[in-house]
Amino acid sequence: MTKPLTLFEKVWNAHVVAQEPEQPAILYVDLHLLHEVTSPQAFSGLRARNLKVRRRENSFATIDHSIPTTSPNITGGDQLAARQMEQLENNCRDFGIRLYGVNSPQRGIVHVIGPELGLTQPGMTIVCGDSHTSTHGAFGALAFGIGTSEVEHVLATQCLLQRKPKTFQVRVEGTLKTGVTAKDIILALLSRIGIGGGTGHVFEYTGSTIRALSMEERMTICNMSIEGGARAGMIAPDETTFQYIAGKEFAPKGASWLVHLNRWRSLPTDAGAVYDSSVTIDANALTPMITYGTNPGMGISVTEPVPDPAHVVDSLDRSALEKSLRYMALKPGEKLIGKRIDVVFIGSCTNSRISDLRLAASVINGRKVAPNVRALVVPGSQAVKRQAEAEGLDRIFKQAGAEWRESGCSMCIAMNGDQLEPGQYAVSTSNRNFEGRQGKGGRTFLASPLTAAAAAVTGTITDVRTLLND
Amino acid sequence: MNHFPEFASRIAPLLVNDIDTDQIIPARFLKVTDKAGLGASLFADWRFQPDGSPKAEFVLNQPQHRGAGILLAGNNFGCGSSREHAPWALVGYGFRAVISTSFADIFKNNALKNALLPITVDTSVHRKLSELVLNEPSVELSVDLESQTFRMPDGGTVRFPIDGFAKSCLLNGTDDLGYLLRFEKQIEEYETMRFGSGV
Ligand code: SF4
Repeated sequence: MTKPLTLFEKVWNAHVVAQEPEQPAILYVDLHLLHEVTSPQAFSGLRARNLKVRRRENSFATIDHSIPTTSPNITGGDQLAARQMEQLENNCRDFGIRLYGVNSPQRGIVHVIGPELGLTQPGMTIVCGDSHTSTHGAFGALAFGIGTSEVEHVLATQCLLQRKPKTFQVRVEGTLKTGVTAKDIILALLSRIGIGGGTGHVFEYTGSTIRALSMEERMTICNMSIEGGARAGMIAPDETTFQYIAGKEFAPKGASWLVHLNRWRSLPTDAGAVYDSSVTIDANALTPMITYGTNPGMGISVTEPVPDPAHVVDSLDRSALEKSLRYMALKPGEKLIGKRIDVVFIGSCTNSRISDLRLAASVINGRKVAPNVRALVVPGSQAVKRQAEAEGLDRIFKQAGAEWRESGCSMCIAMNGDQLEPGQYAVSTSNRNFEGRQGKGGRTFLASPLTAAAAAVTGTITDVRTLLND
Repeated sequence: MNHFPEFASRIAPLLVNDIDTDQIIPARFLKVTDKAGLGASLFADWRFQPDGSPKAEFVLNQPQHRGAGILLAGNNFGCGSSREHAPWALVGYGFRAVISTSFADIFKNNALKNALLPITVDTSVHRKLSELVLNEPSVELSVDLESQTFRMPDGGTVRFPIDGFAKSCLLNGTDDLGYLLRFEKQIEEYETMRFGSGV
């Protein structure tokens, strides 16, 4: 009898090219995604060693991090950003890599367009010089972020040296209540295990709640696996996955589709397979979540008070909490509900897909953005933008007084001019609330698109359920 | 020849947990196309006032810690983004090792590829080191990769774990890419097995 294997182990085993005793495995990479910020030095390295790209058809590039969202061709005089974008164009031309560039209708945030184009498929190994590559794990791929040196390794050899990580089952059971979304599941997990809780592991999300989620919701969850320290998060492919992929530009077609489907059906974790760790989350008990601190593990239910450092025993943990509250200018025990905010950002590779925009629009429709709030809606890709406009979502946002933008990373990372001013509070659907992440001195509350939209129309942190019951 | 000989250095204590790569090097400094020069922006928002003048209270601006080659950080150092600019900035500034109770995976990989030693210690050693450097800022630690130890000023040695492959790369002055390129034949065979020949 063969040993029962997890989804992760099956994908891993199928990609080990070679492994010498005691040494890391040589792992084959099926799909390599590139963007302008983490690739220039990798291409310079190739040039310095006089190396070519080994398998050009496995690499795809886009421009997302520093691209302006007002109009893609106006860099606002940012010469550095312009040079970086131009360099990616030159590198892709010189090395023969397909680029979805500034004027491409298929351009968008790298983790939004991969799935959208059908590039992301079950059982693949996928890497990108970007930690949120974990997003693609929603399809049952092993997808993880790498550094720039490793980008160079993949370009040159289509392989990476990797130690095998451990497995960590995150089982989510039950039914989500109204107003509670995939984002709340992942924020709840992070608040439970902390931002280092998954270090050295690959998450596999299992359970009835996960099975009931759409692909876009699954992507939201896998996206933030890295926020728990896990480089990758995976979900076994099922009919929902196959339906999503079918017919996409790069999806297998005809007879090849059936061959792939057969293989994909063999990927889910075998009965009796063992994980190194596991945790269970009761979806029935979840409420809308929000972060109060300066890392994504500092989350609470939106109705709960901010924790009090006085109750923290470990001195380093206590000073971390104190430091966070000082940065956020929050008092221990303070309630967040009713707190005035300045900016709402709906976007990023976590929550900028069409279903996210629909959720936000459902709250904003017929209401106005509060006068004290600047609301920015940034679709994840040009395709999402077109779809939203076809559905009239852009009009809902614009009529309410929100800004409707071109696609890009935008205020998630504040490299393109979209940023918070020092001291401003934002409710953001992105994934990181680190100090200064959305602009120097800016303060971020992470939440779902529903909670962000609720904050936009009330001007304060709000329990979105009170608006949904209207 | 040992490419990573033993070295002794003072320690800069930055006893904050979960220092993320956005703090190590904020995103606005990532619009570069080479690796050099990032040391000037290391910990920029903690190190400098908005007008660019140094914040006197920040550890790297204190005279007794200037020129330290070892950073003593809180738990879970280097979490967040995959930016290799983080080790580039630390190395560019002059750090050769970071000591913590744990490191984020991607940061650790990136550090080892740039000859920056991520030294993991247990909480009791961490506490001892913190007390030591806070009481006596000029104290030096001697770090030896070959024996995977550092020597405390009281003469005691502490052993630290390090990935065996990364260690031999650092000691021999080789890198991952050189190693990977030796497997050309196996990679080709693997590709033939997966995609057939002549594709
Ligand atoms: S949207 Fe934010 S987290 Fe996602 S790839 Fe862009 S910068 Fe990174």
